[in-house]
Amino acid sequence: MQPGAHAVIDLAGFGQVLDLLRASGYRLIGPVRRDGAIVYDEISSAADLPAGWTEEQGPGTYRLQRRNDGALFGYATAPDSWKRALHPPVLRLWQGRRVNGDLQVADEPDDAGPRAFIGVRACDLHAIAIQDRVFLAGQYADPAYKARSENVFIVAVNCGQAGGTCFCLSMGTGPKATMGFDLALTEIVDGGHRFLVEVGTARGAEILDGVPHRPADGADGEAAAQVVAKAAAQMGRSLDTRDIKDLLYRNLEHPRWQEVAARCLTCGNCTMVCPTCFCTTVEDATDLAGDHAERWRRWGSCFSLEFSYVHGGSIRASAASRYRQWLTHKLATWIDQFGTSGCVGCGRCITWCPVGIDITEEVRAIRETSAAMAGAGKEEHRADA
Amino acid sequence: MAMLQVAEPTAAVGPVVPRLFRVRGRRRETRDTITVDLQAVAPADESGFTPGQFNMLYIFGTGEVPISISGDPGRVDFLAHTVRAVGAVTQSLAAMKRGALVGVRGPFGTSWPVEAAEGSDVVIVGGGIGLAPLRPVLYRLLARREKFGRIVLLYGARTPGDLLYVRELERWRSRMDLDVEVTVDAAAGSWRGNVGVVTTLIPRAPFDPASSVALVCGPEVMMRFTVRELQARGVRDDRMFLSMERNMKCGVGQCGHCQYGPFFICRDGPVFPYGQIAPFFRVREI
Amino acid sequence: MQTLEPVLAAHPFFKDLKPEHLQVLVGCASNVRFDGGQYIFKEGEEADTFYLIRHGTVALEMAVPARGGVTVQTINEGDVLGWSWLFPPYRWHFDARATELTRAIALDGKCLRDKCEEDHNLGYELVKRFAQIIELRLQATRLQLLDIYGHAPGR
Repeated sequence: MQPGAHAVIDLAGFGQVLDLLRASGYRLIGPVRRDGAIVYDEISSAADLPAGWTEEQGPGTYRLQRRNDGALFGYATAPDSWKRALHPPVLRLWQGRRVNGDLQVADEPDDAGPRAFIGVRACDLHAIAIQDRVFLAGQYADPAYKARSENVFIVAVNCGQAGGTCFCLSMGTGPKATMGFDLALTEIVDGGHRFLVEVGTARGAEILDGVPHRPADGADGEAAAQVVAKAAAQMGRSLDTRDIKDLLYRNLEHPRWQEVAARCLTCGNCTMVCPTCFCTTVEDATDLAGDHAERWRRWGSCFSLEFSYVHGGSIRASAASRYRQWLTHKLATWIDQFGTSGCVGCGRCITWCPVGIDITEEVRAIRETSAAMAGAGKEEHRADA
Repeated sequence: MAMLQVAEPTAAVGPVVPRLFRVRGRRRETRDTITVDLQAVAPADESGFTPGQFNMLYIFGTGEVPISISGDPGRVDFLAHTVRAVGAVTQSLAAMKRGALVGVRGPFGTSWPVEAAEGSDVVIVGGGIGLAPLRPVLYRLLARREKFGRIVLLYGARTPGDLLYVRELERWRSRMDLDVEVTVDAAAGSWRGNVGVVTTLIPRAPFDPASSVALVCGPEVMMRFTVRELQARGVRDDRMFLSMERNMKCGVGQCGHCQYGPFFICRDGPVFPYGQIAPFFRVREI
Repeated sequence: MQTLEPVLAAHPFFKDLKPEHLQVLVGCASNVRFDGGQYIFKEGEEADTFYLIRHGTVALEMAVPARGGVTVQTINEGDVLGWSWLFPPYRWHFDARATELTRAIALDGKCLRDKCEEDHNLGYELVKRFAQIIELRLQATRLQLLDIYGHAPGR
């Protein structure tokens, strides 16, 4: 098999893919049902996957529901993203010890080891590629991220249904996986539960060659295309990205920031669930005797007051400025910083916002009133002249 | 006239784990500000820097803060940092005795465009502790004095007691090839210098606006009004350079704290040409 | 005898003033010099003059009990000292002290007030120039009030 080739495996074959990955030394990380949600965690076999479950998502709403079939990947986005596995929420950067008045500082070993991510969606593949740019492409590669991202086998899954808050189609990031995978599956439930497998890499081909499979025929391809087309057709949201960077740069003082701030609780949920938000803070700690010190890195959030604290106070004291920072970073300044949007259209920030603030709606509101505002400015100017 | 750019960052050693330095000397500058000279414990950890860059200084178990390097860039055997004691870490730093250990990460960030300013007049405007990151540039300019036109230092502080580097200021004032004007907001008794904010020195400072490079560092309000006065004199936006400040944690553009519009101040700054940051300079809470 | 007209015309404060107005001003002008430490005027005294500083430095002071003379502003070559002569009750609000040998042109405010009443064009020209000085000093004072150097965090 070559990259780009397609084959078909059945349910048992899928289980064997996971078994072979494990036998090849990969720890499996995949979706499991826990605490009323789908989360990504270590799994031992296909039996751990949430077969027959789906979810209902909307602004501020997430609820697991039973499906009437046995689909293994019959849901859209989990609250978790793969960020947790590559850019851990809490990480010790180093530790130091005071020995006879001297100080010894030791680097942290990174021991993630080979891992296989099972069920990565197209939006999340793009999110991983974006975080790769943040942590690896600059002058300094982040050693912790580098170690964690180096030995990852990715089994992608093309979406068969859109989540209630998804908008990947308009962001050009889904629902079909096009890059960044070793194997990409399309789960076909109707007419015999099976998976169309696309080979992405030589090492993906090696795994597929190790399990029973048959060549894909026209009907398989047709069925898989319909699966993805259905997800695309279901998508209820879109974000118009035309000129988005300049649109937002032009509207840093738009009154909409104040309006959204009246609802925003500045809880930072959106930054936690966002698969690309990368900001961190560090904490230095010592033991009581003062001989042992550690530095920890934690996910940070631009919604906290501490985030912009300088002596004397926080630069972004108002909720409006903090929401503006988040949204303009995601959709505008990110493009200047990393040459790509920071948004992949996964919709998590909409689902997990306690008050259901919708990033697509905020952008639409600014876009619709941006021109009108410029006009009003001109009117005023004429009145002055 | 050639477009001036800030110098690119030079490589920092060990961006994650601090290198160990010892306090070699300390000088009290003002009531709440001291300058500490740090010397690498292992000679291999010595590092040069370019004027305008900063280090992250770590106090065992207390925390880490970004501090500009304020010493002579010609000396690699120690690093000087001028610290105002305003928080837990800076208070610990200011209280450090000779021989105490300090962790150093850096140097980070862009530098003042010293080479690019050759042949030009150089106007240096400092406010308060903002003189600290400008001091290395003065050393550098004076070391190669013949390469530059007029050099003007305008420095403002709250009171005469808040002035940094007083002995050096006196030495610089006595030089014939350097114009130094110092001003304070209020003074009593024996002060015989200027009183008024630093921006009031700009209209009558002796430099040729058309061929000048301006280097500005101080609190943001002071820099906003300084830019306005320099513009009024006719200095071009791309020939004014400001050193900006935000919260910083990592120093390498990965923690997100120091974002300023599209820029990471730790990586793309702290020194920016004003023209580059102008769209964001007067936006509140940016 | 050499007149003060070229000196007045060369001072930044009277830049581009019409020759006929300069003529009027010359009639009210005289050369003055103050030694370092000498008071030019004191708070509460009648304000009947203003000064174009040609050389030297003048400190505007307020006497504060137990703190002595607190300088709130210094005025240098090319600056103007004093506008209290323009407005009733024509009294100085501060002490002005030369901190070094200072040479200036003194202009008789009383004489000028009368001439401005007679010639409103001259009056408008003068008031406009003083208004600009007042605006600049007000801006500077606002910045002093802000205590802008107080918080240069972290550095």
